[in-house]
Amino acid sequence: MPVNIISTEKLSFCYNGIEVLQNISFAVQKGDYLGVAGPNGSGKSTLIKNILGILQPAQGNIHLFGQPLADFRKWNKIGYLPQRLAVLNTHFPGTVREIVQLGVERRGNFPGIKQVLQTMDIEHLSSRLIGELSYGEQQRTMLARALAGNPELLILDEPTTALDPQTRDNFYRLTQELNRHQGTTIILITHDTGVLGNYARHLLYLDKKVIFSGTFEDFCNSPDMAGFFGMASQHIICHQHDRSNL
Amino acid sequence: MSLGEILSFAFVQRAILAGVLIAAVCSVLGVFLVLRRMSLIGDGLAHITFGSVAVVLFIGISPLYITLAALPLVMLSSLVILRLTHSKKIQGDAAIGIVSSMGIAVGIVLASLSGGYNVDLFSYLFGNILTVNQTELLLSFIIFLIVVGCVIFFYHDLFAVTFDEELAQSMGINTRRINILLFILTAVAAVLAMKVTGIMLVSAMLILPPLTSLQLSISFRMTIFVSVIFSILSVICGIIFSFLLNLPAGGTIVIFNVIFLLIIFGISRCKNILRK
Repeated sequence: MPVNIISTEKLSFCYNGIEVLQNISFAVQKGDYLGVAGPNGSGKSTLIKNILGILQPAQGNIHLFGQPLADFRKWNKIGYLPQRLAVLNTHFPGTVREIVQLGVERRGNFPGIKQVLQTMDIEHLSSRLIGELSYGEQQRTMLARALAGNPELLILDEPTTALDPQTRDNFYRLTQELNRHQGTTIILITHDTGVLGNYARHLLYLDKKVIFSGTFEDFCNSPDMAGFFGMASQHIICHQHDRSNL
Repeated sequence: MSLGEILSFAFVQRAILAGVLIAAVCSVLGVFLVLRRMSLIGDGLAHITFGSVAVVLFIGISPLYITLAALPLVMLSSLVILRLTHSKKIQGDAAIGIVSSMGIAVGIVLASLSGGYNVDLFSYLFGNILTVNQTELLLSFIIFLIVVGCVIFFYHDLFAVTFDEELAQSMGINTRRINILLFILTAVAAVLAMKVTGIMLVSAMLILPPLTSLQLSISFRMTIFVSVIFSILSVICGIIFSFLLNLPAGGTIVIFNVIFLLIIFGISRCKNILRK
């Protein structure tokens, strides 16, 4: 029987009295690669913050690795890359190595650091301060931090907005490799439907509530989604998905 | 008078020892506070310390135990600031303002009720490290051990919360507990620092050494270490020069802190210009 890594049930969240998430119910199974999409302000990042316990839901249940969120303690199973790097304190004196070690230090997984620094091509920057780096280099550092502890679940919120095309492609190929060969469960939030079509197996489309949740096959065969997105957009997304799975 | 003669006095030895311990405590905590943009908390807690000292003097507790007696009141107030900071309708700096003005107001009223500003309250306003007694030296040592122990034990969590509180939460770190720890330790440091520089200059002990260290653009661990070095140097130079030139020790220590900041700031600016 498939194991649910994440499940939410009738999850709602309010901010200043305004309902930002309404009755969100969905599940992510072990080994899945879920793409989360939706327009700006649709609640994608808010949903992730609720799941990670950063925000408190108004109502509903969240389970992580089969446990209620309140009882969940094995946070080292999760690697998270938050969206808002732009507000990073540029005077923060942490070096790249210190930031990447944040992801593993309590578990003492030091040999993994060198490898992840190499993978993200930031080994030469390891003693530089994060505030001195370009936005793209900062993002690679944060990606390395999320990957450093070999997490079972990787949550990536708009991970490649500042990366050049080659680094971006390398990164997505890496996530695909982790997903296929190591069984890492991945949740990818992005506006780039092309990327979702290429890499994700399941799709969750949000606009404060769940507009669509299911496999790409369901999505491609859904007349409702054709009506919602337009036939052309649906066709492009599905075509990319088909090509990537050849 | 030679340096050897100055250092042979027991009260100077006590002052230097206590000053070094308090300087280390303040400069370590200051790094976390400055980077979290909470520098003003030192000022706020110092004002509360003024109110707390006034309460303690008003009750009539022996001046020997004033530092010890003021501690619980300041620690409690630091938690009130933390609570208000997390209120959605009150900004963090406003929360510090509310509690610190309350501290000053209580101090002024109680000083007036007890017949004006007596000598004891005045000495706490401007500090006099040369009057540190055995109890305060012992208290400084115990608190130094507690703060250093907490920072070593919770280093990973403190680092994560200072870098990004939300990210720390996503790592399962209990950020509320870490904030409480930081605020309580800062309250303790503020009470201790009032003996060194006086209530008026407590925030200088928390802010200036970390700022000096931050100019050097070094790693987080080294920033803490260098901050401690500058703070200790300022205290030692401040005490010796104040003794030689018959100046107030608190003010002299802070002036040395500022001199070190200006020197390092100048050097780092020159390096940046040369690099371009």
